[in-house]
Amino acid sequence: MDLRRSMLFIPGNNPGMLQNGGVFGADSVILDLEDAVAPMEKDAARFLVAQALRTVDYGSSETVVRINPLDTFAAVDIKAIVPCCPDAILVPKVESAADIHQVAAMIAAAEKPDQTPVKIIALLETPCGIVEAYQIAKADPRVVALALGAEDYTAGLGAMRTKEGTEIFTARTIVINAAAAANVQSIDTPYTDANDEEGLLADTQLAKRLGFKGKLSINPRQIDVIHTVFNPSLNDIDWAQQVIHAIRKAEAEGSGVASLNGKMVDLPIVNRAERILHLAELLGLMGGEK
Amino acid sequence: MKNAIGREIPEAISGIAAIKPFSGAFAIVPEMTRQAPKVKTIKPADRKLVDSLVEVFKKIPVTDGMTLSFHHHFRNGDGVVNMVLATAAQLGLKNLTVALSSVFPVHAPIIEHVKNGVVTGLDTNYMSGPVAQAVSKGLFSKPVVLRTHGGRGRAIECGQLKIDVAFIAAPAADEYGNLNGVEGPAACGSLGYAFPDAQYADYVVAVTDYLGEYPLSPISISQTRVDYVVKVECVGDPKGIVSGTTRITKDPVGLKIAETAAKVIQATGLIKNGFAFQTGAGGASLATAAFVRKMMEKDSVVGSFALGGITGYMVDMLESGLFKKLIDVQGFDLEAIRSLATNPNHLEVGADFYASPFNAGCAVNQLDVVILGATEMDTDFNVNVVTGSDGVIMGGSGGHADAAAGAKVTIIVANLLRGRLPIIVDKVLTATTPGETIDVLVTERGVAVNPLRADLKEKFLAAGLPVKDIQELKQLAEKIAGAPKAVKTGEKIVAVVEYRDGTIIDVVRQVEG
Amino acid sequence: MASITKTAQAGTLESSDVMITVAPGNQGSGIVIELESIVLAQYGEDIKIILEKTMKEQGVTDIYIKAVDRGALDCTICARTLAALSRAGAVLKEAII
Repeated sequence: MDLRRSMLFIPGNNPGMLQNGGVFGADSVILDLEDAVAPMEKDAARFLVAQALRTVDYGSSETVVRINPLDTFAAVDIKAIVPCCPDAILVPKVESAADIHQVAAMIAAAEKPDQTPVKIIALLETPCGIVEAYQIAKADPRVVALALGAEDYTAGLGAMRTKEGTEIFTARTIVINAAAAANVQSIDTPYTDANDEEGLLADTQLAKRLGFKGKLSINPRQIDVIHTVFNPSLNDIDWAQQVIHAIRKAEAEGSGVASLNGKMVDLPIVNRAERILHLAELLGLMGGEK
Repeated sequence: MKNAIGREIPEAISGIAAIKPFSGAFAIVPEMTRQAPKVKTIKPADRKLVDSLVEVFKKIPVTDGMTLSFHHHFRNGDGVVNMVLATAAQLGLKNLTVALSSVFPVHAPIIEHVKNGVVTGLDTNYMSGPVAQAVSKGLFSKPVVLRTHGGRGRAIECGQLKIDVAFIAAPAADEYGNLNGVEGPAACGSLGYAFPDAQYADYVVAVTDYLGEYPLSPISISQTRVDYVVKVECVGDPKGIVSGTTRITKDPVGLKIAETAAKVIQATGLIKNGFAFQTGAGGASLATAAFVRKMMEKDSVVGSFALGGITGYMVDMLESGLFKKLIDVQGFDLEAIRSLATNPNHLEVGADFYASPFNAGCAVNQLDVVILGATEMDTDFNVNVVTGSDGVIMGGSGGHADAAAGAKVTIIVANLLRGRLPIIVDKVLTATTPGETIDVLVTERGVAVNPLRADLKEKFLAAGLPVKDIQELKQLAEKIAGAPKAVKTGEKIVAVVEYRDGTIIDVVRQVEG
Repeated sequence: MASITKTAQAGTLESSDVMITVAPGNQGSGIVIELESIVLAQYGEDIKIILEKTMKEQGVTDIYIKAVDRGALDCTICARTLAALSRAGAVLKEAII
């Protein structure tokens, strides 16, 4: 299971940020060639990100590059970036399975023979993209996650973007559902007010409750809050351990049916418990360990 | 000879009295009595107000070879040092020593006075700008003495820095020589660094542009020590004296360091009622205070005092009940001045009270935690805050070595890489603060603990902090940036770096150019 | 052998960045480097080496390069140099991009 609680955007034409991108502990860093880079600097940023991928140690952070949209520089971005072995490409403004097919073909053409296949994360930020979410998610085995970009999406709706996010509720649930149906991750839109920690906390908690597995982030300061929300709580871990214990006990007793606190423990519950424990172990949150 | 931290110190340095090498932070036990200034009397009808500096120079009289002292609370807005030295030059005086607690870019005219022989000695705790650069290139024929804030107080008290005339830039004065820093157009807040000068100089001259009615209130420096009051047009430029609001850094790496530093402090267990804290006004230091504040608020901790250079941020913590007292030796902004003027829990103290090692107790000894910066640190934890990456002087200890010696836990916050330069080197170019007084280095890529503090290391590991060996951090930096070549310096000694106890911890050599 | 046809620039004067200007050199002039750096004492030689290496890898022989360095890492210096070369009309070798 790939951990993508937080995915941090790093401006692709800023050497200082590129060299320090790994210090913030984000699960993924997204080296951004799109919105963070002025049109005249696209070429320079491409060289910089390519060099950063080859030389900068991003530690345990997954390296993702957000390329430019298919109708602008996607092809040249992919050709330059893919041989530098990023873990994944974040494709903006994906609107259809065909878009993914096109990107996947370009990636395949650019990959070196011995290279670990580069994954695709599809950024859905238009009403069309939301409508096609499920088709996009299962368009290619390279696709590992759907991410929601709410700013452009809201503009596309003709709605006003608010902190409460009522206007993106439908898009959020569609993305989550489509991703779950296709067995990929769903990543929530960034919270854009970097100074509002309480707002970030509330928004991230909502995202987790709805079913997102992680959140995009536009500021390193947001990482801690996002992780705190997506980390399993001690109660979660406790509950999961009890579930597993109940199952083991039932198995040992040769009983096909386990129960916990009078409720039947069925397969989805076991799956959820296992996921929590796996995450907790990955994050070093289990008792007895640091 | 090598001193206790392995720095090569010449047996004798021309222009510097008997050299005692640094022998350990607390190794020197003083055996002496204090310096005693001239005893004065003044008759009931005598007046102190004089019309001009020239007149004061003649009345005292100021003669060749004297030591004139100044304080630096006006920072880069100071007009008094230049005014006084221009007077000295005008009167044809030679061979003066300037004892100015910190030198700023505004003090550039000193260079001409040195070239003309008016000034031949400089004694300071910090310098930046043209004078510092000129010193590094060999401006003076005898080395500049670089002290700590506490060490300057000690040197004055103990007669090692004997002041003939102290010129005190006074934002407000009355005609009988009572002074404070909280009124007048050049209000700067605390006058603490001038306290030892006023106490021990043979003559004390207040220079002001704001005369209040007698008796002035509050009184920071009193009439009993002030011989003359000179009213001038303008003592300084308020824009250079105080900053507006001090902002907390937005640099994400700085914030990451600050947040880690706050977690380090939390892990020491010292954030509890009675917590005593000092932090600088710059970059990651102030940001650390912001994170510490959150922790204090969350756990309803009421600290005892915050110390040092005071900013509006600290004032806000005082007023919010997070600290019971502020101990203020220097204020940085308008809020600090307002608070000092109005809040009885905001205490104005002198450099000696703040940090002198040779008295019956200074405030840094009461500190739990101090956050400090560094331009370089070596693998023995010795810190350089004097010379920059090009070997040129760009700072000085100020209170760095004092607070480090006093606090229970001393934390250096610094970028592991500043631009391309690794903070950790095998040997700092200039040692300012000895490693035995530094406990922790916090960088964006890990935390290094002084091997002398195994107790802390254990606590930090238990708290899940990213503790790394200092060698490991150094290698990490060099892996990213490459190993830096050492800066080449010349032979001539341009400054001696005095530890707070008066021993020599290092020397600064000339740079080319 | 790659060659450039005009003067071009890449990079900024921000901290950790470097501003590279390249201009065509006369035939036989060789690689002429003018370097300003805040870390000249510590890394001046390293910076010249990476500039020369980048030129040689691209087969550029006669060129004037001005680098105003604000503490950039080698990877940044290399990226900015390649960007400047590319903007100056050089056709870069695949492997380096």
